[in-house]
Amino acid sequence: MSTIAETPISKAKREVIEQAVIRFAGDSGDGMQITGSQFTNTVALYGNDIATFPDYPAEIRAPAGTLPGVSGYQLHFSSSDVYTPGDAVDVLIAMNPAALKMNLADLRPNGILIVNQDSFKENDLRKAQMTSNPLEDHSLDKFRVFSVEAQRLTRNALQHLGIDSKSMDRCKNFFALGMCYWLYNRSMDPTFRWIGDKFSKKPLIAEANKLALKAGYSYCEATEAFQVSYEIPPAKLEKGHYRSLSGNQAVALGFVTAAQKAGLTLFLGSYPITPASDILHELSQYKDFGVLTFQAEDEIAAITSSIGASYAGALAITTTSGPGMALKTEALGLAVMTELPLVIVDVQRGGPSTGLPTKTEQADLLQALFGRNSEAPIPVLAASTPSDCFWVVVEASRIALKYMVPVIVLTDGYLANGAEPWRIPSLDEIPAFPVTHEKNPEGFLPYKRDPQTLARPWAIPGTPGLEHRIGGIEKQDGSGNVNYEPLNHENMVRIRAAKVAGIVQDVPDAVPAGDQEGDLLIVAWGSTSGSITAALNGRRAKSLPGRIGHLHLRHLNPLPANLGEVLKRYKKILVPELNMGQLIWVLRAKYLVDAIGMNKIQGRPFMQNELEVKIEELIGK
Amino acid sequence: MTTDTLPVLTKKDFQTDQEVRWCPGCGDYAILAAVQAIFPELGIPREKFVVVSGIGCSSRFPYYMNTYGFHSIHGRAPAVATGIKIANPDLDVWVATGDGDALAIGGNHTIHMLRRNVGVKVMLFNNRIYGLTKGQYSPTSEFHKKTKSTPFGSPDRPFNPISLAIGAESTFVARSVDVFQQHLKETLRHAAAHKGSAFIEILQNCNIFNDGAWTTLTEKDARSEKIIQLEHGKPLVFGKNRDKGIRRLPDGDIEVVTLGGDITEKDLIVHNAHHPRPSYAFLLSHMEHRPGFPTPIGVLRAWDDLPRYEDVMNEQVQEVIAKKGPGDLASLLRSGDTWEVK
Repeated sequence: MSTIAETPISKAKREVIEQAVIRFAGDSGDGMQITGSQFTNTVALYGNDIATFPDYPAEIRAPAGTLPGVSGYQLHFSSSDVYTPGDAVDVLIAMNPAALKMNLADLRPNGILIVNQDSFKENDLRKAQMTSNPLEDHSLDKFRVFSVEAQRLTRNALQHLGIDSKSMDRCKNFFALGMCYWLYNRSMDPTFRWIGDKFSKKPLIAEANKLALKAGYSYCEATEAFQVSYEIPPAKLEKGHYRSLSGNQAVALGFVTAAQKAGLTLFLGSYPITPASDILHELSQYKDFGVLTFQAEDEIAAITSSIGASYAGALAITTTSGPGMALKTEALGLAVMTELPLVIVDVQRGGPSTGLPTKTEQADLLQALFGRNSEAPIPVLAASTPSDCFWVVVEASRIALKYMVPVIVLTDGYLANGAEPWRIPSLDEIPAFPVTHEKNPEGFLPYKRDPQTLARPWAIPGTPGLEHRIGGIEKQDGSGNVNYEPLNHENMVRIRAAKVAGIVQDVPDAVPAGDQEGDLLIVAWGSTSGSITAALNGRRAKSLPGRIGHLHLRHLNPLPANLGEVLKRYKKILVPELNMGQLIWVLRAKYLVDAIGMNKIQGRPFMQNELEVKIEELIGK
Repeated sequence: MTTDTLPVLTKKDFQTDQEVRWCPGCGDYAILAAVQAIFPELGIPREKFVVVSGIGCSSRFPYYMNTYGFHSIHGRAPAVATGIKIANPDLDVWVATGDGDALAIGGNHTIHMLRRNVGVKVMLFNNRIYGLTKGQYSPTSEFHKKTKSTPFGSPDRPFNPISLAIGAESTFVARSVDVFQQHLKETLRHAAAHKGSAFIEILQNCNIFNDGAWTTLTEKDARSEKIIQLEHGKPLVFGKNRDKGIRRLPDGDIEVVTLGGDITEKDLIVHNAHHPRPSYAFLLSHMEHRPGFPTPIGVLRAWDDLPRYEDVMNEQVQEVIAKKGPGDLASLLRSGDTWEVK
């Protein structure tokens, strides 16, 4: 459904521009995530391409007004393709001094700064550790500052409703949102609808939020605060129906789809952990799809219950983040040993230990590849964009079921919470992979192998005549009986390795984007995809020299069969990662290439500019 | 389920071709025999049984049962069993575990499975020692017990497994003894009939690392004096001459009394295993720690009015489907605000 503006659009002077980066920043109690996601939804519905970057503190509510309590939401929207949330911000909305202080460095010179003037009193400044008022000391002179009494104006607009001032103040984020809708000539209707749904049982609060939104919009209209408003036309995306999709939503939808395509019940065993919990929240809503979600007592029960459900015949999955992944380690070995299908999603975050729960990182790759006792190979896939999480999860499920193996999917906090437009596929675009459980007792052996895949049969309890025992002790090949013989063990270790290595037959050959040979190959994985694409497009736009390829690996184990050959076609190999160098370690070990690392460990994605600088350094301007 | 269409099963149908590898004389043999004896009586097709275990001597149990079986990892059997039961509530799932497996490394899973009332039967083989790792003290070992890891005596206070299970509000809690074969079978039958979580502590001897673990109870002379057999609807009487009983005190506590004179069986507590609240069963569960009190065996609690976890979960799915209709994937993918690019 296309939503064209139904509310009157401002008649002020309008300038058509290609793209903008806007950041909403405020106290974590100010509703910045909702404000940002509402703006995102509205521009996406209008047809812009988008990339978002929600950045919030780990604390639920750090003391109000303090620096650690600042929550931000950045959106890049454009009439052309968008790959990153943007390096520099065009419009910054700062609801208090702390938000201003934490975010000002990213605002481009002459950028628009909207501040809530009512929260720049002495006490507010002190909480933000500011010694002078930036609204008065000329420190903001290089920006276009719009200092607005958002709190007072919101209260004025709502005072007739008879609600308390605390409830009125809670609406001031929508006052700011109304201003932004005016600034970018966007309809308020999608947000009106959202407010109506969200507060359907609290009509007074719904009314208050709608009025605050309108008040912000009308304020711009009436005061002509901004001399100009902006228009960003819809992007020319591929034909089709679209929705905005975050990585965590995509994971949830991917699993529901995979279960249907396999003809199995979906079972999720999970324990809440940031930033993966939203997958549990999403899947727990899909009871009408028969989805069983079990919130376990801990991370270990989350995976072991999934292993039990897999044994009983379900498409079983578990979702977590790094520390939870560490706790699941022993059970991963059990899944390897019992050769049961299972998909484990690790939404990576900054570490080690508790680390940076709400910030992104790519430092669990080696854990995913090797983090188990003994020889316990597991296939590993990684998603590169929020919507790619959907496709990766479907593929991981297919591999798990086809080969009877646990499969690890790596996403990260940036993908999990970031959103982008997703062209909704029709169901026939996704091939089915129907699964049949073993039924035939004749010649049945629990560890008899399919010659093509080396998979063992999936015989589930309740099937007459197939009673058998499995477990973590070494098995005799074929019978599955406990067996400690030296040669059998070596044989089984090699079979398990060969089975995972053999998945390469399902891994497409590596084909770099851009030049197929030349000066530089950028090899990467996961959420760095957008930044690298943007950097290479940036070079192309400037007609800079050099033949550059970009290979983004989806399959990290097994790696594409032709990868070694591809690496040889370039003079230099650059491996940018949000870790200390993990993929590069694998590439160097496996292919003996002298790859160059580029590493950032700040809990944030690469900037386009950082990559451009690095590329320049390697092959010149 | 109609039982008349079922093949008649015998003990032999539940024996595997695997050589049983417990030490000769181990109490586990008696438990295996009892389980293999009662499974054929239950009117359940063999393929619907699943025996799940963790790690330890007792956890080898599934290999010797010709049913579906899962020998998982240390302590995690209740969680594996929970997953199996949620995915297929129709299965008859039994957990074989030990005092280390269920109460040390797997303590968390044990209590959570019980409080959820997952329809799984847990047989806890309690020999008060780590056998498979060759003789360290366990969470049920006596205070001051000398073992390989506690040469100067254990500083740990032990768990009482049935108190713990009742504390977690398990809807079925019982205790039996490896060498009381008939009592053990009867107790297992009661557990088998229970729909919700069933927890059975089986006192078991380890003749290698903790020989005589329970002889103070099991010796012929001691049996009737030190043990009280609980039977629903019967007064709490014990003693060689059945001359002792347990009576309520006005403050709610209990005392041991000698029958005779003014005191008759009418003054004693009549055992009610079906009480909805666990407090009475809890009182009985730890009376053995008090001087003069006997150790209770039999069914302490069997209150089966609580819905099973797996049923609640699957019914929720059915209710949503009844209300919203079965989910349509194409509509799900298109849910929320969408727009068209032409």
